[in-house]
Amino acid sequence: MMNVKVLGTGCANCRNTIALVQAVAREKGLTIELEKVEELRDIMAYGIMSTPGVVIDGAVVHAGGVPSRQKVEGWLANGSPS
Amino acid sequence: MHVIALSRKWPDTHPRAFLALAAVSWVALYWALIPASEALVAALPVDRASHLGGALQFFLYDTPKVLLLLTGIVFVMGMVNSAFTPERTRVLLAGRTEGIANVMAASLGVVTPFCSCSAVPLFIGFVQAGVPLGVTFSFLIAAPMVNEVALTLLFGLFGWRIALLYLGLGLSVAILAGWIVGRLRMEAHLEDWVRDMPRIVATADDLRLTLSDRVDAGFAAVRDIVGRVWPYILAGIAIGAVIHGYVPEAFMASIMGKDAWWSVPLAVVVGVPMYTNAAGVIPIVQALLAKGAALGTVLAFMMSVIALSLPEMVILRKVLKVRLIATFVGVVAAGILLVGYVFNAVL
Repeated sequence: MMNVKVLGTGCANCRNTIALVQAVAREKGLTIELEKVEELRDIMAYGIMSTPGVVIDGAVVHAGGVPSRQKVEGWLANGSPS
Repeated sequence: MHVIALSRKWPDTHPRAFLALAAVSWVALYWALIPASEALVAALPVDRASHLGGALQFFLYDTPKVLLLLTGIVFVMGMVNSAFTPERTRVLLAGRTEGIANVMAASLGVVTPFCSCSAVPLFIGFVQAGVPLGVTFSFLIAAPMVNEVALTLLFGLFGWRIALLYLGLGLSVAILAGWIVGRLRMEAHLEDWVRDMPRIVATADDLRLTLSDRVDAGFAAVRDIVGRVWPYILAGIAIGAVIHGYVPEAFMASIMGKDAWWSVPLAVVVGVPMYTNAAGVIPIVQALLAKGAALGTVLAFMMSVIALSLPEMVILRKVLKVRLIATFVGVVAAGILLVGYVFNAVL
């Protein structure tokens, strides 16, 4: 199962990102493991500087701002980060 | 927003044609705006000389003008900003010595897209890559205070002189305050876990942006920024309109005028705990000015509202010890005070 982590300290953009990933997964009928990472030290361990960040199966695929729907669809379709 | 949703296909394929057409329609709209809003106010069954008439006129003139300006400038800045990611800014600043680097950091703060919820990760990322502490602060002070939204509103409501003045003074406060924090050698007052994080070498991917990527970035910026700040602008202009219509002329002169020496520190003390963005505070500032408040006092108020806020301090407390936060607030507040006094003395 694909593991998706959303990194962010709980700001509006982070919540929007989580909602977007959930919505896309539901549309595609995929079951994914979605985690929120809100602790700063854990976020920083991924080496990103702007939140929200998205990590898929351990690899950072996005940082800064809510990702576009097409991007999210791409991640979930590939099954692995491009 | 319908227009944007429909037109997203062909701007990608013909970005030049789209930009030319967008520029022409924007200018046409802007010219049509003043006659249109004038006609609208004239058509309303209100006496223009009455309190309500004055307030309505202010609201109907300024709202479309400011929103139109903001949409245009945010789009253009979105295209420009797409070349300045935080990662690339960090590469530019890493390993530099203070001085020129403070100037660079403050200037990059203006163009690097920055969301206040990213302040802390950004701070750690900079420090980790060897950007000096004072230089990091120059960036963090300039980024929220001097940005396209603040400058556009100032330009729209007061003209280019005050917008430029704000740009120059905001940058000076950021450069000087960062430099002073750097001189004070406060690295020991970072939280321990931040200091103990492994150093990293800053790298950034080479961005190859096509014109249509940039057009996309412009749309994204408009959706994000204008979509987020328009309620603040509306509320700000509405409050401004009420002050405009109902508060007597020269009422503010006694409280916020030049002659009251204590008005500048008071403006800063009142401004720090207030938390709003540039979009919400500037229309109010305009109304205060119109009622006789002194420019320096009002600018000091505005800068302290935007640059220093309690929620930000709470977030920064996770990475900075209390003494460093206190120093940061003290130095920035002193800079803002100075700006207020210099302005009131010169103008």
